Amino acid sequence: MGRYLVRRLLQTIPLLLFVSVILFVLMNNIGDPLATMGGRERLRSEDRERLARQLGLDQPVYMQYIYWLIGNDWMTFDMDGDGEPETAGNRRGVLRGDLGMSMVERRPVSEIIGQRIPNTLILMIPAEIVIVVVSLAIGMMSALKQYSFLDHFFTSLSFITYSMPVFWLGLMLMFVFSVNFKTWGLPYLPTLGMYDPGADKTIFELIRHMILPVTTIAAISVAAYSRYIRSNMLEVIHSDYVRTARSKGLHEQLVVWRHAFKNAALPLVTLIGLDLPFLLAGALVTESIFQWPGMGRLFLHHLDRADYPVLMGILMLVSVMVVLFQILTDITYTWLDPRIRYA
Amino acid sequence: MSATDVPARPGGVLALDATMRKEESLAKLAWRRFRRHRMAMVGALILLGLVLYIIVGSLVFSEADANYNDVTRRYLAPGGAFLFGTDEIGRDVLARTIYGGQISLVIGVVAALISVVVGTLTGALAGYYGGLLDSVLMRITEAMLTIPQIFLLLVMAKFFGNRIGDVQVLGRTFSGSVIVIVLIIGATSWMYLARIVRSTYLSLREQEFVTAAHCIGVSTPRIIFGHILPNAMAPIIVAATLGVAGAIITEAYISFLGLGVRAPTATWGSMMQGATSAVIQGHWWLWFFPGLMIVLTTLGINFIGDGLRDALDPHSIR
Repeated sequence: MGRYLVRRLLQTIPLLLFVSVILFVLMNNIGDPLATMGGRERLRSEDRERLARQLGLDQPVYMQYIYWLIGNDWMTFDMDGDGEPETAGNRRGVLRGDLGMSMVERRPVSEIIGQRIPNTLILMIPAEIVIVVVSLAIGMMSALKQYSFLDHFFTSLSFITYSMPVFWLGLMLMFVFSVNFKTWGLPYLPTLGMYDPGADKTIFELIRHMILPVTTIAAISVAAYSRYIRSNMLEVIHSDYVRTARSKGLHEQLVVWRHAFKNAALPLVTLIGLDLPFLLAGALVTESIFQWPGMGRLFLHHLDRADYPVLMGILMLVSVMVVLFQILTDITYTWLDPRIRYA
Repeated sequence: MSATDVPARPGGVLALDATMRKEESLAKLAWRRFRRHRMAMVGALILLGLVLYIIVGSLVFSEADANYNDVTRRYLAPGGAFLFGTDEIGRDVLARTIYGGQISLVIGVVAALISVVVGTLTGALAGYYGGLLDSVLMRITEAMLTIPQIFLLLVMAKFFGNRIGDVQVLGRTFSGSVIVIVLIIGATSWMYLARIVRSTYLSLREQEFVTAAHCIGVSTPRIIFGHILPNAMAPIIVAATLGVAGAIITEAYISFLGLGVRAPTATWGSMMQGATSAVIQGHWWLWFFPGLMIVLTTLGINFIGDGLRDALDPHSIR
């Protein structure tokens, strides 16, 4: 197991390097980070040259990549434009934990991203909990009461939800529970942001603002997973060992929850681990609808201004998360299902 | 698995079915099963309705109607002269769902085709040849899977941004962004199919019929595409069908975020750009109708995909 883990971790190194090269090349052409630096006025061409030089944008792409990756504090650069390299580089590179500086905000990327990570986690973790609890509840109930009214109801509902773009669901929820409930005089939910402007930043306020975004992120996964749990449970409940448990006179509750449930629900672990990219996509769009100040909106905002150090930081963080979750999923699975072993 | 080796299984599919003739091809068998699949038929009906909607609709409204704007009639609620209301610059939402639907469906179909071709080729070559080619192709696949599709799409949409100007097709002008969107959706959605096709090829290339084809001197391309590919068609067909729905939703995502298809060309997704403020101001018809069209389309396609999966499954007993 230990050797397996080491091998998997070593394999991720070339993978992540490859990913970073692809992304970096794409980054270099997504727009002009200098375009908005003059404020309302257009930059004079000598200012543009000076800024490009100071930000290192005058270097060829592969040199920019090398500086981004391993830093440039071992070189000197020509900052004042007299052709003489005199200023020492100050970047340590991603490999030494330096994500660089944002080009439009002049703050370290790690600081900018670090401020937003908690806000995104505030949405993602409750969403994951909702996904697991609700899809287990619906899936188990549909399987145990197969072909009942509720089973048909949830089947139809999950088919429809699964066919929706996430953002359309978010718009509908916002329209019904914020806009219409307000006009009907019912207790309504807030539309945008994490806190109402001017209101106290209480935990209650935060929860009120979280309800709609969390529902939006969770809904589509719930639709898919509840179907999955249902069909798994139906398969398990007709298997030989469940029949054996029943025929030796075990209590039905015990058969269902102790014997069948575990085997039907365990594959959910793999799904959740491997579906992280989809969940992140949902979170990105959801943050954009509800104007939630998380990583997704940060990404969109800096994409607009072609601020590549921030974009690279976010994308590499996401890629590392995806890869780690894949490994974690595989390991959890060997622990949950002792029949699977990795050498 | 071809249709002819099924009867060998006693009590299998064919033995149960008295009306079945010996020579029935897999395609015919699948079609018969598909027709009996209730959900799939419902899905086909929904899709047929939508196709009729955008064809008949385009006879009633011209594309100029769909793009005509007049701020004196902005934000008219549904009803009266405008069944679906008008948008922020007074364009007819109904006419725009018709022409937007054409573009959305074309984007869905073409992007799915691209992704199926790329995925099948990658999977087939990697699975058949193995070795170095396999590891290179699979590492690329893995790298593409590591970056969540939406992030990659947004970056690529920015990257290819305004490089293609407007295009004239059949006397109509389209924003060049349609081509960009089709290409990047196709280029970021082939990976799962490539893995499935690869594993099918890995097992099929060891089978006797491939060895036999080699021995009688069939050329390698012919073996890959003429002999093995037909046996790997089931997952490819299903992936192609579901891919259309996926591409339509994906297009909606990027257009909603403002990086998709640009004016004057409408798509169901681009009609919903900036919908958050429309929600707050209560102009629900701006985003409700295009979204409903997307839901109906993907629902229909998902039903059909389910039906195809069951119909093409050699183990199913229906």
